[in-house]
This record gives sequence, C-alpha cells and structure tokens, in this order.
Amino acid sequence: MIEVENVHFSYPNGVEALKGLSLVIKNGEFVAIMGQNGAGKTTLVKHFNGLLKPSEGIVRVNGVETTKTSVAALSRNAGFVFQNPDHQLFSETVEEEIAFALKNFGFEKEAIEKRITWALNLLGLAQYRKTSPFLLSGGERKRVALSSVLAWNPETLILDEPTIGQDYQQKEKLRQFIVQMQTQGKTVVIVTHDVEFVAECNPRVVLMKEGTVVADGEGREILTTPEVLSQSSIVLPQIAQIFMKLTPLGLPKNIIDVYEAKEIVLKALEKRRK
Amino acid sequence: MVIIETKNLSYTYPGGTKPSISDISIKVEKGEFVLITGPSGCGKTTLCRCFNGLIPHFYQGELKGEITVAGIDTTTHETHAMAKSVGLVFQNPENQLFALSIEKDVAFGLENLGLPREEMRKRVDWALKLTDIYDLRERSPHEVSGGQQQRVAIAAVLAMQPEIIVLDEPTSFLDPLSAEKIFEVIHDLNKKLGITVVLVEHRLDLTAKYADHIIIMNEGKVCFDGDPREILSTEETRLIGVGIPKATFLYHILRKEGMNLGNLTPLSSEELAKLLQEAFEKA
Repeated sequence: MIEVENVHFSYPNGVEALKGLSLVIKNGEFVAIMGQNGAGKTTLVKHFNGLLKPSEGIVRVNGVETTKTSVAALSRNAGFVFQNPDHQLFSETVEEEIAFALKNFGFEKEAIEKRITWALNLLGLAQYRKTSPFLLSGGERKRVALSSVLAWNPETLILDEPTIGQDYQQKEKLRQFIVQMQTQGKTVVIVTHDVEFVAECNPRVVLMKEGTVVADGEGREILTTPEVLSQSSIVLPQIAQIFMKLTPLGLPKNIIDVYEAKEIVLKALEKRRK
Repeated sequence: MVIIETKNLSYTYPGGTKPSISDISIKVEKGEFVLITGPSGCGKTTLCRCFNGLIPHFYQGELKGEITVAGIDTTTHETHAMAKSVGLVFQNPENQLFALSIEKDVAFGLENLGLPREEMRKRVDWALKLTDIYDLRERSPHEVSGGQQQRVAIAAVLAMQPEIIVLDEPTSFLDPLSAEKIFEVIHDLNKKLGITVVLVEHRLDLTAKYADHIIIMNEGKVCFDGDPREILSTEETRLIGVGIPKATFLYHILRKEGMNLGNLTPLSSEELAKLLQEAFEKA
C-alpha cells in the first residue's frame, strides 16, 4: 500500500512540483497517472520508491515512511522503470544489465540465470542476450530497462511512460503482463500519455494538473469526460471521440472499447430499422 | 518530382551480425507527407539516418545500394552538406541538444548557414513561437522536461527551413494535446510551404490522417508502400504489429458484420463518425 498525505515537493531551483497532494494506492491496484507535461507525474512516482522525499507531508510504503528507510530497501519492493531508458542502462550486454540488480539483491547464481532467461523471453528479447543495449532500437532499449526490473519480481511496479516506442504487439504483451501481475496481487502504477493504451486496459485513472490531483476514478468514466480531460491536456481516445459525435443518434457516450463499440452500433442500427 | 529515392539499400552497423535494413527501394515525391511505421526494431530509425547521411558518415558500417536525397548522393556527400536540404529530428532529443540556451540551440544551424543577423532573429523567433517555447528561450535545453526538449529539437530543424524534414517519433514525450498541436504545425508547413515530411510513428491514431503515403517496414524490409487507406485496409498490417487507428479498425469489424459503410476506409474519428451518421440516417 502506498499512502501519500498532503505532500509538497520543491526542487532545489525553487519549482514547486507537488502542492499538497494526497492519494492512496492499495495493494493489487492498477493505476494510470495522467496529465500534461510538467504536471508533476514523474515527481510523484519518484516518491514511491524513495528516490525523492517530500519537502512537507508524508509518504508511506507498506506502512513505512520513506524518510525513515533507504532507496535500496524500498527498491526491493518497488521496481522503477524510467521514462528514458538511456537514464537507466549502462552495462556491456543485455544479460549483464539484467543481472546487475539481481546480484545486488543477493540472488544465487542459478536463480539469476533462470530469472534472466524468464525476463528476456517475456519481453521478446532472447536473441539480444549477448548484445550491447546501445546497439538496440529505442523501443528495444525500453524493454531491456523493463526486463531488468521485472527480473527481481518486485511487489510494486512503477513504469514511467512504458509504451513509448512500442508497437501494437508489444503494447498488447505489456497489457497482458500487467493483467497477470494483478492476478498475482501485485500493484502496477504507470505514468502515461497514451490514451489508447489506457482505454484498452481500463485501469483506475488519477489525473494530475499543476502538482495536484484533479480527477480520480474508473478509466472509462474519466476518459469519456472531455471537460475533465481538456484541463489536463489529454485528448479523448478515438472510440470515445466517435461516440461523442453520435450522441444525437441516442448512443451512449462512455464507450472506449472497440469491440463494445461494435456491439452497440449494430444493436442501435437494428433497433432503428425496426 | 522524386525527392528521395533508394535502390536496393542495405546497411549493417559496425559489429552487427546482420543488416538492420536490407534491399530497400522506395521513392518519395516532393511535397508528400510520408508516414513510416512498423514493429519496434524493424529498421525505421536506421533508414532515417540514411536520409541525411549520418549513415554511413557518422555511424560507418557497411552501406550497399543507391540513395539520392534532394538530388544529392548521400554516400559521397558529408552530413553537413545535407543540412540545408534535410533536417532530422532524433528520437531522443538529448542526443541532439547541446547549447547553453534554447535560443542558441535553435540558432546554431542558421549560424552555420551564414545567414544575416536579422534573418536569423526572424527565423529563430518564428520557430520558437510555432513550437510554443518562445517563453523558454533563455533556459538551458537540459533543464527543461523531455517534452519541451522535443519541441526544441523540432524548432531547431524548422528554423533551417529545409526541403525535407525527417522526424523520428518526435512527440513521444509530449502529452496528447501538445503532440496533436505539433503535428498540426508540421502538417500546415507541409501544405503551405510544400516541405516534404517523413514521419516515423507507431501511434497511427494520432497521425494516419495526415499521411499521403505510408511505408510499413518489418525486419529491415519494406512490406507495404503506397496509399494509407488501401494499406490500412489489409489484415496483414495488423498481424505484423502495426497499430492501425481505432476508427479504421472499428470500420473494418463493422463491415465484416455486413454493415454498409462505403468503400473509402476512414483514417480518423471524424471520418468514421460521419460514415456512421449517414448509415443511421439511411436506416
């Protein structure tokens, strides 16, 4: 459980990125944090593994205040994948990159071997095991960063813009993986601008603006409320855009899923023909 | 007029075991808005690096085949000789920015062109305003957010007013509304000034509607090349991992159920909403 109580945070240059923010994320939840550039999303999630400590207020992770423990101790439970993989990758080979944290956490050699193989297969990177991460494409480097965190199987996964540079199939795999994490009771927090990805996953959405939370609720509701989205620079998912234009025909407006959209259109059309 | 042409172009990075792109033969017409897409790792970025000569001059490695961009053979002309003709916006803006202020970064290329001071001032301000970073001009490009850095990289290329702009996932760090605004600016320059645009993108929901021409790559090769509406109508594009726009996909699955929506594949929510309205009115 992550508890954020009335947290303020200012960077050394004086910019106040969080302005009295409160939020509770329960174990096993899947939360998408959305909002415009500079809203404080990344600053907020960096508090979840202690990379940043609040200037004022309290952040508790599983009951422990982040100011009273180390980033190393918090990281074991909360794996963090950065927005830009180049801020994270440094090893000579993909394999060493993944082994690094596992060694630090004191895993046995055999376990390390097994976990590397598992993480590489999961993200379709097996053929790059001995390759330098810097020879890979942007999208592939992003997956190496992700696999290096998944390998130690943290209870909470924090992903900053995980879908950048990922194609449709990779995104679908990521979605399935997140669903699998949830069935194991794990917590997943993503920071994202990718409205189409959020529309497909339908997680809890926390919408931020200027260091505060402006909306918090089911994805389907928030992503179909244009007045709320526009103040955070988020556009409606494409399916919601279509249904917004079809309300004069008596169709519902809170639709984000393409297959649900199909059923609704076909039924409405049949009704009209009768 | 053809402005970019490659014939059987193949390239292997130094130390690479297999080619990153192989046997690429494409033609881009002057003034086109071309969208290049395909699964992660398919060679999109590598192809872009050939367009301004970064491959082979900076990356070295082994390049085979022919490539002509704006009438110049990029294999025999250094990257700086291409700078006037081709502007490349990199995937990662940090690889591109280096000056002490955003304004200086945007002015750098113009200084190298030897433009008069007033002309430079005019173009820098124009580019900063178009990309909505005029107020940030005195800040360091390294202390602003990833999204703002992307705006700086785009402004620096726009200021050069090259014949061809190549953009490699230029708005990945920007929020959707800001990304849309940037794409509108680029589309506008394409239509008004006739600048040829080559855009690499996965997010076709945002960008398919601008494209006159789409190239889909897979495993280093071109597998589809042509009209976006025709190509995005095929089942195979989805199978290889191309995220076709949701509106286009919904159109396909509704037609499969026998709904009459006409033969022109929609590429945006506006287009599909219109088709659906018409279908309901007829019913």
